[in-house]
Amino acid sequence: MSDVKKIATRDSYGNALAELGTEHKDIVVLDADLAAATKTGVFKKAHPDRFIDCGIAESNMMGVAAGLAAAGMVPFASTFAMFAAGRAYEQVRNSIGYPHLNVKIGATHAGISVGEDGATHQCNEDLALMRTIPGMTVICPSDDVEARAAVRAAYELDGPVYMRFGRLAVPVINDRPDYKFVIGKGVVLREGKDVTIIATGLPVCNCLEAAEKLAADGIEAKVINIHTIKPLDEELVLAAAKETGRVVTVEEHSVIGGLGSAVCDVLSEKAPTKVLKIGINDVFGESGPALELIKKYGLDADSIYEKVKEFTE
Amino acid sequence: MDKLKLMKIANEVRKGIVTSVHSAKAGHPGGSLSAADIFTYLYFEELNIDPKDPKKADRDRFVLSKGHTAPGLYSVLAERGYFPKEDLKTLRHTGSYLQGHPDMKHIPGVDMSSGSLGQGISAAVGMAIAAKLRGDDYRVYTLLGDGEIQEGQVWEASMLAAHRKLDNLVVIVDNNNLQIDGAISEVNSPYPIDKKFEAFNFHVINIDGNDFDQIDAAFKEAKTVKGQPTAIIAKTLKGKGVSFMENQAGWHGKAPNDEEYKIAMEDLEKAGEALCQM
Repeated sequence: MSDVKKIATRDSYGNALAELGTEHKDIVVLDADLAAATKTGVFKKAHPDRFIDCGIAESNMMGVAAGLAAAGMVPFASTFAMFAAGRAYEQVRNSIGYPHLNVKIGATHAGISVGEDGATHQCNEDLALMRTIPGMTVICPSDDVEARAAVRAAYELDGPVYMRFGRLAVPVINDRPDYKFVIGKGVVLREGKDVTIIATGLPVCNCLEAAEKLAADGIEAKVINIHTIKPLDEELVLAAAKETGRVVTVEEHSVIGGLGSAVCDVLSEKAPTKVLKIGINDVFGESGPALELIKKYGLDADSIYEKVKEFTE
Repeated sequence: MDKLKLMKIANEVRKGIVTSVHSAKAGHPGGSLSAADIFTYLYFEELNIDPKDPKKADRDRFVLSKGHTAPGLYSVLAERGYFPKEDLKTLRHTGSYLQGHPDMKHIPGVDMSSGSLGQGISAAVGMAIAAKLRGDDYRVYTLLGDGEIQEGQVWEASMLAAHRKLDNLVVIVDNNNLQIDGAISEVNSPYPIDKKFEAFNFHVINIDGNDFDQIDAAFKEAKTVKGQPTAIIAKTLKGKGVSFMENQAGWHGKAPNDEEYKIAMEDLEKAGEALCQM
């Protein structure tokens, strides 16, 4: 897909923030010494007076964001997913989640596609952590179009939102005129009757490619892009499971607690269906170029194709 | 308001603390009593607030970073008229809005939910930054425990507060010297507390936090400080006002039984009568 336009969703985040900041004067952006990497530097350049660098102190940053929100501003607190959801988990839970404050968390560098930095910086647990906080909306966009729409939708929503962005440039797959982003609504990208592939974030594009290969083998896969992990589009998931009888979930996240678990939570209660969870299999990541790691950990189109094919046989 | 009047109100606040914790059969009387004079001064003298309009936009903000001393905050809020004093007896009861730790969603007058130590001061810093960004002239106050400042987040927040020259922020440390496991100096000493805040570029004021003259002077001085936040290190007596609780680590987080409650209320009644003789 080398001819397709590629952009990292962290870039989309920075660009969308700068744009929104012009429209809304109550937006303030916080970072923890990573403005160049999280791309909040774009906002900083456009609106220096409303950019707060908290230094390397993520726990405090989340509390400061809570205070800004309590005083009526709309803070976007930004750092790597590892530190936003991991290090500052309890601050997010108690200072933001419990009082249901209007804080938006922009977590970049999620998953193994962080690449060379290795396991300490590859957060494969953030969706699981954030999903358990009552009232937290959790969004994981799949490309530039969706990421920019997510930032806008997060601003419009009154309440805490966790947004997950990636470091790696990914193909733009949602640039069609009828594209509409609604929090909590999944998007059917491809129809099929044999199996449903439900994916989120970076591997959504690989699932589309895998579905094409499956079609060549006579297996018609329905592909659903779930950009909102919480609240999950239960209606869509249930309908697809009933329609195809088999469900595969794909995420650049641990198979424990993320999209796969969220889908299984719904299906096990309301429509027991056999599910194959594709993701990081309860292991830490490692250093390496992002694309090599995606292949090694089974999230590339070929690996997904093979696993789904075996599952449907 | 004169000192005697404040002392009388503080005595009533202490009665509310003991009564609510007794009724809850759980809670934190020691650090609520040590800070009762500071609570009283803040809500009856210092803060620009309106109990009839708890959310008014230009109000001064108070964040109880040492959230476990909610009985102290609730008692002063009730005394100030935010909600009925009878409700204090519902503290920590199932279904009551008076949660074990401050809950801004349900309690009139509570500006920030808190309780997990070290987090309230960060929210206070955020509120102070918001005021600066928008040119609002409200001030932000936050009360910390001396054991609480063992939390690293307190110093992350302090660094940022001074870096951003938040002269609209006052940090008060209730230095009663005791935490759950004993004297703070023996558990993991944060002393010298004043020197630490000085090193973090705060304007520091040391006072006796159970003396209204000194409390009054400190808050007035804080208002004159420009370009840096203020830290008031308030030396206090844990359990102040209840004879058997004074300076006892064991009364950090324990409720009095019926017999103890009777003695505690007798102590406070006597103190109240003495104040009326003055």
